[in-house]
Amino acid sequence: MISTKDDVKEKNRWSAGVTPYAEMGYYDPHYVPKDTDILCAFRVVPQEGVDPIEAAAAVAGESSTATWTVVWTDRLTTYEHYQAKCYRVDPVPGTPQYIAYIAYDLDLFEEGSIANLAASIIGNVFGFKALKSLRLEDMRIPPHYTKTFQGPPHGIVMEREYLNKYGRPLLGATVKPKLGLSARNYGRVVYEALRGGLDFTKDDENINSQPFMRWRDRFLFCMEAVNRASAATGEIKGHYLNVTAGTMEDMYERAEFAKELGSIIIMIDLVIGYTAIQSMSRWARKNGVLLHLHRAGHSTYTRQKTHGVSFRVIAKWMRLAGVDHLHAGTVVGKLEGDPHAVQGYYDTLRGNKLEANPLRGLYFEQDWASLPGVMPVASGGIHAGQMHQLLHYLGEDVVLQFGGGTIGHPDGIAQGATANRVALEAMIQARNEGRDYLREGPEILAKAARWSPALRKALEIWKDVTYNFDSTDTPDVLPTFTV
Amino acid sequence: MRLTQGTFSYLPDLTDEEIRAQIQYCLDHDWPVSIEYTDDPHPRNIYWEMWGLPMFDLKDAAEVMEEIKACRNAFPNYYIRVNGYDRTLGRQTIALSFLVNRPENEPGFHVERMEYTDRQIKYTLRAYATDKPAGQRYS
Repeated sequence: MISTKDDVKEKNRWSAGVTPYAEMGYYDPHYVPKDTDILCAFRVVPQEGVDPIEAAAAVAGESSTATWTVVWTDRLTTYEHYQAKCYRVDPVPGTPQYIAYIAYDLDLFEEGSIANLAASIIGNVFGFKALKSLRLEDMRIPPHYTKTFQGPPHGIVMEREYLNKYGRPLLGATVKPKLGLSARNYGRVVYEALRGGLDFTKDDENINSQPFMRWRDRFLFCMEAVNRASAATGEIKGHYLNVTAGTMEDMYERAEFAKELGSIIIMIDLVIGYTAIQSMSRWARKNGVLLHLHRAGHSTYTRQKTHGVSFRVIAKWMRLAGVDHLHAGTVVGKLEGDPHAVQGYYDTLRGNKLEANPLRGLYFEQDWASLPGVMPVASGGIHAGQMHQLLHYLGEDVVLQFGGGTIGHPDGIAQGATANRVALEAMIQARNEGRDYLREGPEILAKAARWSPALRKALEIWKDVTYNFDSTDTPDVLPTFTV
Repeated sequence: MRLTQGTFSYLPDLTDEEIRAQIQYCLDHDWPVSIEYTDDPHPRNIYWEMWGLPMFDLKDAAEVMEEIKACRNAFPNYYIRVNGYDRTLGRQTIALSFLVNRPENEPGFHVERMEYTDRQIKYTLRAYATDKPAGQRYS
């Protein structure tokens, strides 16, 4: 029998020893991704002298079936099915970087498990020697996989109906100083901020159960504050009680206690881990308590453009895992966040059917198949004087959190809260009236400040505070303006 | 106290011209407008009385204003709110909701505390107004 060219290739494929990944089937430029495939975009920087296609194929291989050498036991499987396939490699102009697009069959992943998804996609490959650096930029999660997850315990619409608050962003504040206050003093801040006009107050990420304030005492005093503020305004109010702890048993105990006290919302930190988040999500759905997630620790791997995991991927995972709130950037505040990239995160959390949008860093279309949206939270160095920009960049379904911008008000916390609420409502009113509120924002605020002394003071004290630093994590595509 | 439910309660009460502009905003978005009234301001009182059905086919803000005036005449000392409703997929809920009338005197709420074991307190809110039967609360 005369062997064909394909046969020869096939024979080499199984020779013992090391074969380039690209030749083992992990690179296939003709592969057309299936609707059910999970797609990934990786930013790959190969070591000097490493072929970019081989580097990209190695990523596909190491994040699916491959090991460093040929193994005969592959032949016991329908290996073509399980191999991830890199189907496209694009150079990023002017850089040593490449964007590698890789398709994974749905069968590679366990249903409803972020831990499994993460272990597969980012489990091994980021330490691969042939790469200088590697970043997971984006993923397309098909509805076939999305539907295996619970998703947000309540979602944006249910949260609004629960709170009876519509047509404007929600307002919050993190209690400051974040460490050291006794439970009684802590509850005072909560009461003043809520009665002054905020919808929510918040524990910070590292407020758990320290010697200066144990969790149970904090919960008791905060709920006194929440209920008093609710009576003072006739509104539903909440305080994110952080139940983050060293074990699941402790977290469940704290969450149960928060529920018994009538808290409408609890909080967890990203550092508790994906599986713990999914467990708390299930608890929150079962018990009708909103679930706030603070993205503590994410910048250690999301911030650098050439290595790590983009926050838009974390945002997708968290929407699947199921949280009601997720911090996603402010654009104008003190923390990292390119405006377009941040808008991409917000789209990811709130949208239902998204088109690919390179300008916002969205590499793929994403169909959420009616999975409820996550309310993004903007927190860190923002104040009432930026209200027009915040509304413009972040939209209406967002919690705007002014910690220092509430508690630092010279006339007290309640006045700080009122300043923020007045600024917000004045801006919404102007927007709805058809004003060019982004441009006229300062005038709109100044006009409201004429009758609101609280806002007047806030504008005076914070008028010049801005954070003009370049972002480290920006989309590759920049807007081009044509005349 | 001043009840601060609704989108614009921290602003001075909206004038009729300002209310008309907000209604126009709703109509421009194809959000049918409805009017609701109550004399029970409890924050968890979801179902205020409906002043007729949502005005699905009404496209003129002036006509909505006439309905608001009629509702105010019938219930001058009630809370009256205007809702804009967004029926698009993924929303199917209220998009804007604001007060257009409030009683002259708003006595506010009492926090009821029931002491329970282990320093726990069970809280409940009671509107002073609702100590009286419906219809006699803000006269």
